[in-house]
Amino acid sequence: MTLIDLANPTRFLSLTTRVLPWLAAVTAILLAAGLYLSALAPDDYQQGATVKIMFIHVPNAWLSMFVWGVMSIAALGTLVWRHPLADVAAKAAAPIGAAFTFLALVTGSLWGRPMWGTYWEWDARLTSVLILFLMYLGLIALWRAVDDPSRAARAAAVLTLVGAINLPIIKFSVDWWNTLHQGASVIRMGGPTMDRSFLIPLLVMAVAFSLLFITLHLAAMRNEILRRRVRSLQMMQASRVTLAGEASAA
Amino acid sequence: MTMALGPYTSFITTSYALVAIVVLLLIVWIAMDYRTQQARLRDLEASGITRRSGRGATEI
Repeated sequence: MTLIDLANPTRFLSLTTRVLPWLAAVTAILLAAGLYLSALAPDDYQQGATVKIMFIHVPNAWLSMFVWGVMSIAALGTLVWRHPLADVAAKAAAPIGAAFTFLALVTGSLWGRPMWGTYWEWDARLTSVLILFLMYLGLIALWRAVDDPSRAARAAAVLTLVGAINLPIIKFSVDWWNTLHQGASVIRMGGPTMDRSFLIPLLVMAVAFSLLFITLHLAAMRNEILRRRVRSLQMMQASRVTLAGEASAA
Repeated sequence: MTMALGPYTSFITTSYALVAIVVLLLIVWIAMDYRTQQARLRDLEASGITRRSGRGATEI
């Protein structure tokens, strides 16, 4: 099956139905393994056991940006290539991205209180992630506000691409400004600075959460395709009723 | 096996519990949405509305 075959929603639905159970099973196994490794990880010499929050905070933070990246590629698909599944992909990803961003903010806050002495600080990293969360909510509101999916898709695609400017700001905020948030310790020039005892559980959790996103995203895309099918059938039903009414009036 | 989480146990357990709750809510929401859309398609099919391809509304 080539990529162009997936442009057909019916083929996409058929593929999703076959793939989803396997993806869900692999995700569950990896999540269980990640949680087990996280539980076994030693305490940090400075942070103590609170370092365990990192194993859920960091994957959620990575995914908050990754999902917006996926939506930006989908936005290009909507505006440039007019791919029939592009806006379906973007719309389905937004609530999942919002949930990951919310979790990154809250777990970060719960980690910050014992380590920094505060739940919140208006510094560059925290504020830019909060802006990302608000942008997710704005996009969801936009899709809900406009009835016609194709009109909503174009407006949402433009907003998504504009919002993508925030991604490098989030990533490099810890280098460009003085922040309470620590600098990059995994994805950085020169390789990770983290000890293997923390790095391995973190990477397993990151892969598990990424698979969780892919699984949920495919399922949400399937729902969106069905929702659009319902909409077009309801419009057919409405036009039949109108035609029947006009015929009986004549 | 018991884990000693030290003085910040509540912060750690709250974080994990919150992630579990939000992920579960996402899964339940998506699963319920799938059922809702399928039920709507079945209702439309029962009322005689069919797709242009001639396939049943719920048929893939």
